[in-house]
Amino acid sequence: GPLSERPLMEVRLGELHTWISTCSFSAQGLLGAAQRAWSSYCAKYIHVKQGGPAGISMLLAGYCLLSYGWNYQHFSKASYFRNS
Amino acid sequence: VLHTTRPLHTTQQSLAPVPPLPEKGGEVRHGLIPEEFFQFLYPKTGVTGPYMLGTGLLLYLLSKEIYVVNHETAAAACILTVIVYAIKKFGPEVAAFADKLNEEKMASALAMKNDTIQTLQTAIEEEKKEQWRAEGRSYLFDAKRNNIAMLLEANYRERLLTVYNEVKKRLDYQVALQNLKRQKEQDHMIQWVEKNVVQSITPQQQKESIAKCILDLKALSKSAHATV
Repeated sequence: GPLSERPLMEVRLGELHTWISTCSFSAQGLLGAAQRAWSSYCAKYIHVKQGGPAGISMLLAGYCLLSYGWNYQHFSKASYFRNS
Repeated sequence: VLHTTRPLHTTQQSLAPVPPLPEKGGEVRHGLIPEEFFQFLYPKTGVTGPYMLGTGLLLYLLSKEIYVVNHETAAAACILTVIVYAIKKFGPEVAAFADKLNEEKMASALAMKNDTIQTLQTAIEEEKKEQWRAEGRSYLFDAKRNNIAMLLEANYRERLLTVYNEVKKRLDYQVALQNLKRQKEQDHMIQWVEKNVVQSITPQQQKESIAKCILDLKALSKSAHATV
């Protein structure tokens, strides 16, 4: 189909530039995009008859990475009671 | 607030029946990385590509101290080991339990559906039977008509009998009256005749008749003596 209606996974690397220019960055557009992303993730990994640990473990891993990223400043400073 | 200008129910779609859930979710390798990533790298780097990428990335992060190794690393390692061990050991049991719960839910829903279908089926049977019964109403009306006719007939005959009895009673009365009258007249006449006859017998006639009777008796006794 046309470029603007294709989901992100089906956009080729060369067309990424134009694809980003077509999507709407308004609050409603972003909210809609987030909603679609979440519902597609749920439909693929969580709302299945025989899901495994994969559904939640990916969410937890993503949360771990995010929190590491937010607290990086704290990690990188040398701890006061470190012996060496 | 209902916007009356907005059209309602314009599409054919309906919410039931809901399409069933897919059997298995998206493939994920090592519980963390979706299979699509491996397929994405396969044409260019073959099978070991993503693993080489992972190793290189890990070494880069460690060497550049983008990932600092501190006490939390040890804690994370222990927790991860325990979690992986628990999942590997108790995973199938939990899965079986969840499947059993699902089965029970499905079975109860199915049972309800079957029960409803059965009830409706019996209702259909009953309805058909009622329709068949309604066809026989002509017989019912005939029977009722016969009953009423019989009642009328019986009533008519009863009244006929009453009339007959009444008339007979009146006629009997008249007959009895006439008989009584004749009886009374007869008695009265007999009495009157007797009275007159007794009156007509004068005393002299009485004496004569008595003397005659005595003479007769003597003659009779003589003849009786003679025979003995």
